Amino acid sequence: MARTRIPPFELFYECHKAEVLAFLRRRAGRDRADDLFQETFLHALRAYGRLEHGEHLRAWVLMIAGNAVIDAARRERPTAELAVEPAGEDERPAVEELAPLTDGLPPKERAAVVLRYGYDLDYDEIGAALGSNEQAARQAASAGVRRLRKEKEQR
Amino acid sequence: MTVPTVLDERFRAAAAASGELDVAFDVLDDTPVGPLLVGVSERGLCRVSFDPEPETELERLARDFGSRVLRTPPAVDRVRRELDEYFVGRRHAFDLELDLRATPEFHRRVLAELNRVEYGHTTTYGTLAAQVGAPRAARAVGTVMNRNPLPIVLPCHRVVGANGSLTGYGGGLDRKEWLLRLEGALL
Repeated sequence: MARTRIPPFELFYECHKAEVLAFLRRRAGRDRADDLFQETFLHALRAYGRLEHGEHLRAWVLMIAGNAVIDAARRERPTAELAVEPAGEDERPAVEELAPLTDGLPPKERAAVVLRYGYDLDYDEIGAALGSNEQAARQAASAGVRRLRKEKEQR
Repeated sequence: MTVPTVLDERFRAAAAASGELDVAFDVLDDTPVGPLLVGVSERGLCRVSFDPEPETELERLARDFGSRVLRTPPAVDRVRRELDEYFVGRRHAFDLELDLRATPEFHRRVLAELNRVEYGHTTTYGTLAAQVGAPRAARAVGTVMNRNPLPIVLPCHRVVGANGSLTGYGGGLDRKEWLLRLEGALL
């Protein structure tokens, strides 16, 4: 089956810029979000020519934005504090911890888990990012978590 | 939520400066011949388009030059200025690098010959055909004119039928007539 074609960057940018900025403001605050916005899309532009298909571009650009937030925090904070993100209200795992753990998951489950537990997106946002819906995102995330638990038990 | 204009423009400027774009374009909304999309690559002007339908136009640019196509108005400033000068009669020849890499070889040969037809003069399809060594290819030359990726700058409006009739124009006969009147080639 033919894969989704890569849209011209202009259409990709117009389609996702508002959501990316909203995401960055939530994650990094209004002041930092402006710089991170530019960083995110410049990074996306550099990588865009190497994309092989146009699937999941929303999840892709949100990942880039999430990484930009982490990199910025890393630049600002002393290295000693890097290992763990400040404990959230419900002890959410840090993205740095989550990313290597989820490497072995199928792409959709990995994206759902990382976006949910690492980047704190709601299921409807994740569903949209993955080009599906809230229900499917919830299922993908819980399937991913189940798979991770199983792997942990087997270790 | 909308992205503030300042932030949007700042990113577009940074993208243009990064050297990572395949095509930088803008739509000139208020020219005497209507809205014009102009696109430049790192090699030069690569598109001039009448009445652009944004999505179709951007897909075409992406197919011809690469997917990193972005609207960055400052990147086309020079083209905008030369066209402005042309439209008020102060410029008779364009001083722009042209990027015709997406145009087939025969088309490029015909367009190179076309580019020698001076401001205010006209030629015919048959003459151009003869000049590229294909005297019986007047019709093919008509096709080349119709697909000219850089109308106005490569002056296909200066090509008329053997009997002096305007014949046709990719941007519509009204525009051809307007351009020829501007240049004083039509009374």
